[in-house]
Amino acid sequence: MNYDLATIWAGLIAFAVFAYVVLDGFDLGIGILFPRFARGPERDQAMNAIAPVWDGNETWLILGGGGLFAAFPLAYAIILPALYPPIIAMLLGLIFRGVAFEFRWRDPAHQPFWDTAFTTGSTVAAFAQGVTLGALLQGITVAGRAYGGGWLDWLTPFTVLTGLSVVVGYALLGACWLIVKTEGETERHAYALARVLGALTIVAIIAVSGATPFLAHSYVQRWFTFPGVLITAQVPLLVAIVSVLFWRALAAHRRIAPFGLALVLFALSFIGLGISMFPYIIPRSVTIWQAAAPEASQAFMLVGAGIMLPIILAYTAWSYWVFRGKVGEGYH
Amino acid sequence: MFAALDPILLARIQFGFTVSFHFIFPSFSIGLASYLAVLEALWLRTQDDAYLDLFKFWLKIFAVAFAMGVVSGIVMSYQFGTNWAVFSDKTGPVLGPLMAYEVLTAFFLEAGFLGVMLFGMEKVGKKLHFAATCMVALGTFISAFWILSANSWMQTPQGYAVNAAGQFVPGGDWLAIIFNPSFPYRLVHTVTGAYLTTALAVGAVGAWHLLRDQNNRFARIMFSMAMGMIAVVAPLQIAAGDTQGLNTLEHQPAKVMAMEGHFQSHKEGAPLILFGLPNQRDQRVDYAVEIPKLSSLILKHDANAPLAGLDTIARDKQPPVPVVFWSFRVMVGLGFAMLGLALWALYARLRGRLFAWSWLHRAALVMGPSGFVAVIAGWITTEVGRQPYTVYGLLQTAQSASPLAAPAVGASLAAFVLVYFAVFGVGTWYILKLMNEGVHVDEPDLGDAPIRTAGVTPALQVQRQGQPA
Repeated sequence: MNYDLATIWAGLIAFAVFAYVVLDGFDLGIGILFPRFARGPERDQAMNAIAPVWDGNETWLILGGGGLFAAFPLAYAIILPALYPPIIAMLLGLIFRGVAFEFRWRDPAHQPFWDTAFTTGSTVAAFAQGVTLGALLQGITVAGRAYGGGWLDWLTPFTVLTGLSVVVGYALLGACWLIVKTEGETERHAYALARVLGALTIVAIIAVSGATPFLAHSYVQRWFTFPGVLITAQVPLLVAIVSVLFWRALAAHRRIAPFGLALVLFALSFIGLGISMFPYIIPRSVTIWQAAAPEASQAFMLVGAGIMLPIILAYTAWSYWVFRGKVGEGYH
Repeated sequence: MFAALDPILLARIQFGFTVSFHFIFPSFSIGLASYLAVLEALWLRTQDDAYLDLFKFWLKIFAVAFAMGVVSGIVMSYQFGTNWAVFSDKTGPVLGPLMAYEVLTAFFLEAGFLGVMLFGMEKVGKKLHFAATCMVALGTFISAFWILSANSWMQTPQGYAVNAAGQFVPGGDWLAIIFNPSFPYRLVHTVTGAYLTTALAVGAVGAWHLLRDQNNRFARIMFSMAMGMIAVVAPLQIAAGDTQGLNTLEHQPAKVMAMEGHFQSHKEGAPLILFGLPNQRDQRVDYAVEIPKLSSLILKHDANAPLAGLDTIARDKQPPVPVVFWSFRVMVGLGFAMLGLALWALYARLRGRLFAWSWLHRAALVMGPSGFVAVIAGWITTEVGRQPYTVYGLLQTAQSASPLAAPAVGASLAAFVLVYFAVFGVGTWYILKLMNEGVHVDEPDLGDAPIRTAGVTPALQVQRQGQPA
């Protein structure tokens, strides 16, 4: 019974993380791309495309972190100290990003400053999240029930690569979201950016996928032996198909398809990640069962999650529905 | 540069700093969300647009305060892991689910409906919009419920077992964990404190504008509502504080000893020390001004009841007495000052001078920030008073920390201090600016905030800002 619960919770946390990545991903992406848009209506439209929803999007990050603390406290207690500097950098980045939404309107004289804070905060947070992912993949030194390494162990060329990759990927999501939500000059701009960022994201996926097997032999085994290979073999093929569809959607000036296809790219990468890690929560050191909280804790939370998650998804969807359509309608 | 310092001390300073700063915002937004719901309800019921203008005015302030609460709150949810890894590993099975429930039942609710509350009036209509406002207000309360339950469990743990790995695990009855002995008292005292804090802030804004113009209708409404609220809530809060004190005496006597400055045990009635300089090294209060037997009368309802002192607690298990002693006096002193303000306002109302008595308005203005100070002082009293433990009597603070290097903690502490003072200082300045501007007839939809509805162009917004108030 406990085994099943741990797997369910691993799945739920993975879902929360993925929801965070795609939802706040486009928020942060718009922050990253902000300097590419002209001051005035272009930037205001870009900001307005996410202002009503960013807070809800960010909440998935708290569910991911809080869920890890609750369901896998040992993993939470090892991973966060190991990644201390990037986590703190992410939190500080998110502070600047979050307040910029309100502050830039409160103080027009200093709007350029808060716009810069918006971009810097978004970029730092995205980069730090990428570094966190990379550091997790490359492995964390565990001693007993604690982190056993130094405070800069996370910094390697690989983690810099994953950091940059996430920045590029989020920027792609941001550009695609702007295609959905804006019109006029902002929209044209977003199409152009999406083309470049789509190419860069594919390069990033290839680079990270190419580098991962060199991190540890276990990844080679997982990817290229039965039954993992059955899935791994499909991923490059699917990425290629999705990429072609993505460019065709951009060329045809489709409104929602580019965002949807970018999501599929992220989902494929996420599945690849799952194959690489499961059932470890800290690769090669701690499995989800070793890190799991007792059955009584996980079961108690599962009741709440089972009831609340559908309700949350329903009112979140309603909120997106309320603010559907282009934000620019009515400017002219 | 930080290598010589004790990483645990740095981690404690960092956590204390970030949690104190964070606590300011929810203690405002809990009360303000409810106040907004009341204003909107009054508008819907009376159709008087003054309430709508007031609603829109406070909504702008709420948006800024809420954003600061959110971003400083995320820091908290990760700091348990970054700085207090051993604590997280050991308490995760018990405290983790409480926090997970907070996220699932409160954070999503607030965030999900905040967008509609801030920007959706024209899109969803009045009634649905009011429902969204109520959901946000409900979310702030549910959030307080869970986080205070978790905090209270750390103060008065029950319903747990300890497993082979040394973790606290649920003992079978979650209700015993959630409704641990200090939780109901702490919840009432804290949430009432948030309402009082908000009422004092609203009252000060009303007073500020009454000092400029006694006939300002918006200022009159705000001032009257706030003073009425304080008259009800301040006495309740003093009573709630008293019962929480009695509960603390039962479960955490050392904290009460530190609050009272009782280094010595008293067999026949302990004195109430009004003021003095606690001297922990020599275990006495220097220059104490005391009222004989009053402490026993308050705490035991019997002037001659014996009361144990810190001489019954080992030196290394005592909380830092001076901090607790002073923060407690600041809180209580401000509480009675609030009661005094409420009584003065009540007297002025009965005499028909509520809007004309400028000294009352000045006093209300001075008392504007007192709620925040009292809330922080109360927080310091309860959190420093439970030292040296993170889980009271079971897990010491010194054994809770992450295996971190001092330079990492020191650098991040410096970054937090700089960023918090800069960012939240500026945010507070913006709030004060909005408060100073006051309410206008036909208050614009969230004014010059990021409006997503049709027809409002940023150019117009900037122009509006440029106009004289």
